[in-house]
Amino acid sequence: MHLPLKGIVVLEFSQYLSGPCAGLRLADLGAHVIKIERPQKGEAGRKLAIKNLWADESSLLFHTINRNKESFTADLGDPQDMQWIKRLIGQADVITHNFRPGVMEKKGLHYESVKEINPGIVYTEISGYGNHGPWKNKPGQDLLIQSLSGLTHSTGNYHDNPLPFGLGIGDYLCGNQAVQFILGALIRKKKTGQGALLQLSLMETLIDFQFEFFTTYFQSKRQHKRSAISNGHSLLSAPYGIYKTQDGYIAIAMMPLQKLNAAIDCEALTQFEEEDTFKKRDEIKAVISTHLLTGTTTSWLKKTQPLDLWVMPVLNWQELKEKQGYKILEMEQQIHLDDIEITTTRCPVRINGQIFLSGKPAPQVGQHTEHIKAALSLKYE
Amino acid sequence: MSKLLEDILVLDFSQFLSGPYASLRLSDMGARVIKIERPVIGDICRTLYVSDVKIDGAESTIFHAINRNKESFVADIKDEDELEKIKKLIKKADILIHNFRPGVMQRVGLGYEAVKEINPTLIYAEISGYGEKGEWKGFPGQDLLLQSVSGIAYLSGNEADQPTPMGVAAGDILAGTHLVQGILAALFSRFNSGEGSLVQVSMLESLLDFQFEVLTCFLNDGYALPERSAVNNGHAYIAAPYGIYQTADGYIALAMGSITLLGQLLQCDLLYKYNEPTEWFDKRDEIKLILKEHLLTKKTKEWLHILEPADIWCSDVFDYDTLLKSDGYNVLDMEQMVYSGNKNIKTTRCPVRVDGEALKSDKGAPALGQDTLMIGKEFGL
Repeated sequence: MHLPLKGIVVLEFSQYLSGPCAGLRLADLGAHVIKIERPQKGEAGRKLAIKNLWADESSLLFHTINRNKESFTADLGDPQDMQWIKRLIGQADVITHNFRPGVMEKKGLHYESVKEINPGIVYTEISGYGNHGPWKNKPGQDLLIQSLSGLTHSTGNYHDNPLPFGLGIGDYLCGNQAVQFILGALIRKKKTGQGALLQLSLMETLIDFQFEFFTTYFQSKRQHKRSAISNGHSLLSAPYGIYKTQDGYIAIAMMPLQKLNAAIDCEALTQFEEEDTFKKRDEIKAVISTHLLTGTTTSWLKKTQPLDLWVMPVLNWQELKEKQGYKILEMEQQIHLDDIEITTTRCPVRINGQIFLSGKPAPQVGQHTEHIKAALSLKYE
Repeated sequence: MSKLLEDILVLDFSQFLSGPYASLRLSDMGARVIKIERPVIGDICRTLYVSDVKIDGAESTIFHAINRNKESFVADIKDEDELEKIKKLIKKADILIHNFRPGVMQRVGLGYEAVKEINPTLIYAEISGYGEKGEWKGFPGQDLLLQSVSGIAYLSGNEADQPTPMGVAAGDILAGTHLVQGILAALFSRFNSGEGSLVQVSMLESLLDFQFEVLTCFLNDGYALPERSAVNNGHAYIAAPYGIYQTADGYIALAMGSITLLGQLLQCDLLYKYNEPTEWFDKRDEIKLILKEHLLTKKTKEWLHILEPADIWCSDVFDYDTLLKSDGYNVLDMEQMVYSGNKNIKTTRCPVRVDGEALKSDKGAPALGQDTLMIGKEFGL
């Protein structure tokens, strides 16, 4: 397997999801990622389980996010341990951390001091809300940032409470944004030798994520409203949304209303003009909802897909897993953790037709400390 | 300090959102991005109007948000002379992006194998909906449809709700983000190998990766499907109190936290009996129902005054009207003005700071073909 980031060393002072998911992607692309953990307890994310699922002493969640990495334990308050950390920094290309503002300064590991040790370092700092302002010390937790960023007004229907995304979009996207800039900075470093300070926050990430909505809001000065029925995107007209059928659900994206009408034979739709599809979207969607209940998902797909209308069935994971369209992606891989096998997903990027797989499990706390120290000693002798 | 992607030339054949979001980020990092557009119509996104908001009554706000800081070169790739010009440009380019359905670029003679002959160092990057093989390869790669197929619609909203899509084009934005990761990893690797690469991402793989934590639970937990909580669902896999609750005058978001501590702080006696942390997941609906009733009795601010000093993970829930008035938003300096022809358009900026500077550019989206002549002269086409 050709690994594009082979030889790159990443020190991950990060915990939970945002920073560690950046480290995971870099590891999958070939970087050597070393988690810097406190002795004994290790990273806080080890004890964070979802659905009470555990792999060993660490949660299945931790194993999902931290596979393919190594672990080096150090007490950042201990001068001797700090000597090792500084030696490691001397050999590293990238640092990521997601402590609250001020924490790395207190340890003497902020950018200005790290740069003294290694001027070419790409130093990446992820925060909840940036380093200034009234929220800088607030917990940088995903649901809270979804709630403050306005995002919860995009999902669900008009009469619903503000509704969050049921996944940690802020954490995940922030980590993914970081990867892009880390790679950009590594490219500049190759050319000029310069290091970089990269700073991003979950809040800025979620504002960028909503850039269509913000730009539209700046023009109209009006808060967008979710549609009352089958809301799919609050800025889009009917029929956009998910509808119930006789035996399941169907998703209908953008299309001229009369084209839809011609395919599903819904007489009541003829009364609406194309230019009313935004203004009257709830009325139109009510008509479509009633009509689609009269047939099965398959029957509607048969009428619409041959006309290249933008429709698809709504699948759950069990249904998806059986589809040939899923299987050919080879999205699953096995991780070998002693006598436990964990099935997880792989990196979503292909390069030269190759997918990136690694069966290496998440490390035990401090598993690689001695080995890394020995290698460093050789370097410094 | 030079820009991260100084002197990098990107030819962007892509339309709508996924590919253009990738090239937007590359342009934020300092690359020069030339949109290759077909005559008369150009990128279809130019006329993709959302809601009833248009700039100057004609142009799509979305187009302007995604295509700031780019140039536009018009060419009819079905015309031989014009295709020759494109090939000359490709010789000079570092990166090519497209998001046509599989087979389209091959048919016009611009598939990877052909283009590699012209420029062996090129990074050729493509986004598809479902990959280039399999039953869905010819289907439209549209965001709502991909959300529906990928199982994501079963994560947001409450147990009794229909499948609920996320109300932002997550599939497009994530595929664009992953593509940039692949592009830059390949560009980095080019320093050693001297060779270009083919980088491929599909929206389906991107949305599966987005679900990597919860999909891993599914794959190792007997294929049990997600169960959204019946009350104020925030995340199908997370215990009470996680969710957004109505108060006497608005809403409050509560993330992870101890139910016993919450009971004491909120003076909610009914919560005292839930003193086993595992119950907070197993009995989350009854716990959340109690909280739901209780939180209605005071205003959001009053609850926050009680919970924040105790470091409970909570926050207000904002829409854009309230967010934009907050200091926490304004201190981020997320807005910028871009100039497009004689129009000034306010939009958001790139979410990452490099070397302490927010990345801004006041160059607006190009008019269709506005740079064709200049580029023709510059590259001797």
